[in-house]
Amino acid sequence: MNKETSIMDRIADANKSVITGIDAKDIENWVMIHIMGKAYEVPSELTILQAMEYSGYRFIRSCGCRAGFCGACATVYRKEGEYKLHGVLACQTKVEDGMFLVQIPFAPAEKSCYDITVERYDPAVLLKYYPEITRCVSCNTCTKACPQELQIMDYIQSALKGDFEGLADASFDCIQCGLCAIRCPAEIVHYHMAQLGRRMFGKYGIPEELNLKKRVEEIENRVYDEEFQKIMKMAPEDFKTLYVEKQKEREVY
Amino acid sequence: MGADKSSGKLKKIPYYPGCSLKTKSKDFEKSAVAAARILGIELIELPKWNCCGTVFSLAQDDLMHHVAPLRNLLRVQEMNEAGLLEGENRLLTICPMCFNTLKKANQRMRDNPADLETINTFMDAEQDYQGEVEVIHLLELLKERGVAEIKAKVKIPLTALKVAPYYGCMLLRPKDIAIDDPEDPTIQEELLAAIGAQVVENPYKKVCCGSYQTVRNKYTVADLTYDILTHAKKAGAEMITTSCPLCAFNLDDRQKEVTEKYPDFEGIPVCCISQLMLLAFGVNRGGDGFELNYVDPRPLLKRKNLLSGADLKTGAK
Amino acid sequence: MKKISITSDNYEFLEKVKQLSGEPITLCDQCGTCAGSCPMISEMDISPSEMLRLVQLGQEEVLDTKAMWLCASCFTCTVRCPRGLDLSKIAEALRQITLRKAVDQIDIKLISEEELSRLPQIALVSACRKFTG
Ligand code: SF4
Ligand code: SF4
Ligand code: FES
Repeated sequence: MNKETSIMDRIADANKSVITGIDAKDIENWVMIHIMGKAYEVPSELTILQAMEYSGYRFIRSCGCRAGFCGACATVYRKEGEYKLHGVLACQTKVEDGMFLVQIPFAPAEKSCYDITVERYDPAVLLKYYPEITRCVSCNTCTKACPQELQIMDYIQSALKGDFEGLADASFDCIQCGLCAIRCPAEIVHYHMAQLGRRMFGKYGIPEELNLKKRVEEIENRVYDEEFQKIMKMAPEDFKTLYVEKQKEREVY
Repeated sequence: MGADKSSGKLKKIPYYPGCSLKTKSKDFEKSAVAAARILGIELIELPKWNCCGTVFSLAQDDLMHHVAPLRNLLRVQEMNEAGLLEGENRLLTICPMCFNTLKKANQRMRDNPADLETINTFMDAEQDYQGEVEVIHLLELLKERGVAEIKAKVKIPLTALKVAPYYGCMLLRPKDIAIDDPEDPTIQEELLAAIGAQVVENPYKKVCCGSYQTVRNKYTVADLTYDILTHAKKAGAEMITTSCPLCAFNLDDRQKEVTEKYPDFEGIPVCCISQLMLLAFGVNRGGDGFELNYVDPRPLLKRKNLLSGADLKTGAK
Repeated sequence: MKKISITSDNYEFLEKVKQLSGEPITLCDQCGTCAGSCPMISEMDISPSEMLRLVQLGQEEVLDTKAMWLCASCFTCTVRCPRGLDLSKIAEALRQITLRKAVDQIDIKLISEEELSRLPQIALVSACRKFTG
């Protein structure tokens, strides 16, 4: 960075270390990225989300869990000299030199209203609420757009074939980022349809989880009331310790 | 070609079911697979198949809509490369719309290598399609298997049943993909005769049922259905056979609309030929397989003594 | 009767339909076999052969007629045309000209729930291909 710096650039640089608390001089590796068409030099170790913050952006939308679960930080980018358009999660993807990127915080998509307790377990339910899935041309663009690497085209096809299980399995890891729906030439809203499919499959396609049923009954029969009361009265510190102990016992997610 | 008759080993052929056979016309698939098995042919469902698009895209510059059919042909190529098919390079279709779409797309790719290359390049996650798969229809396979072979398997000839075969469009037109003479097809007649049914000649057997117009103009379709069915009935038919799930919907389910328009109309059941074959082969399904029909064929079949368990006992497997 | 004078605009339209359909449209000599074969003719405002004639004369107003939307792509005219023309491709070209302007002919969201639960997949898939862009 051996160029003549204007007063504005210096103010911006000063701001950067104020925001991030990092002195640019301490960073060894830099990459050049382009955010909405404007070039920024950023430390190469950052995720896209961090790099944008480093460059002075503040997230009001397009950021949520920062852990790859909420799907808010959907980002598309192309790299210099490539024609491929990539879809990624900004919080999970490191910046690379020559990225041209933009956030897609939201996909306009209608979510149908239904009551799965009154719907019949029949594939026709998918066409009833999302008839546009019949417009799929099998281009596979959705699959290529998915940051979760889901086989989206396959699950759309499962839906057309009336295969609830295939649909539920293949779409299970969907985080509803909406990138597929933005890219689809048939204007399908994959993730909302898949959610209906999973709900139907969960309710009618797999046997009821007896342990869960039993536990709900127990709760309803006030079996745990006493223990709940104990927890409610706990001092915050004791509660924290208990929580941490319990966390260690098993993975929760 | 044909099954290995001497050893009793089943001849394998991959088949493409299509969306409607998995949902509204389930027994078209089930009965075809079962009937083929009795004739020594094992139908293997194509792995990871996708909807073919149901209509062949007719615009010259529209390649996108040929991607879907091509993906399915590619699956056959892959199966063969994996040695799963003993060199069988044909893809069997049961639904005529799928047949038409897959066969026409295949043909366009063969005739236009540049188009094939464009699509191969577009499908960059897949291997290239070489254009070597042949698309055939179930009726062709059955005929190839041979009328004599079919006759030999008949345990309960359907002599009492008067059937009018209906062809519709997609198996006969355009000419270059037709499975039979587009103006005077006889393949269903031959197969029906083989299982002993009385074939009724319907002058409307190749008149379009209105196809996808059923979505936009259901009463126009009801008119066409009325004509087709009334002529068949006048000729003495008690049942219609069709291979196509969409024709089946228009001819069967749309009888609801026909009766709204023509209150005197009396229903006539619509089945597919493989369902009748199973009956003739003496497979006792206890009347199963007809649940999704709008006009229930079971009362008719019972009247003709083709459904009662007692009658079937001798022939049942 | 309307008098038609042919301008370069008319040629342009004819050329466009020729390209999209790939058919030598000028070959038609108006025998009417297609019209006599069409299962949907009773619903149409102009016959298939009239549709073709309008295209031959480059009359873009053909796009405002209903015939091509009633075509069921049954290929009956295709197998019967003595001049070997594939009229179904010409009808498709006309549909595409409209659909590519994002003017859909059906709104699948307006189909009743009852119909959507009855219709087989192939009906909806083909209708979407023929009536939506
Ligand atoms: S399926 Fe669609 S919404 Fe779900 S994670 Fe993939 S791209 Fe995002
Ligand atoms: S992007 Fe849309 S049209 Fe293409 S395969 Fe996916 S769902 Fe089908
Ligand atoms: S911020 Fe939630 S997935 Fe990235």
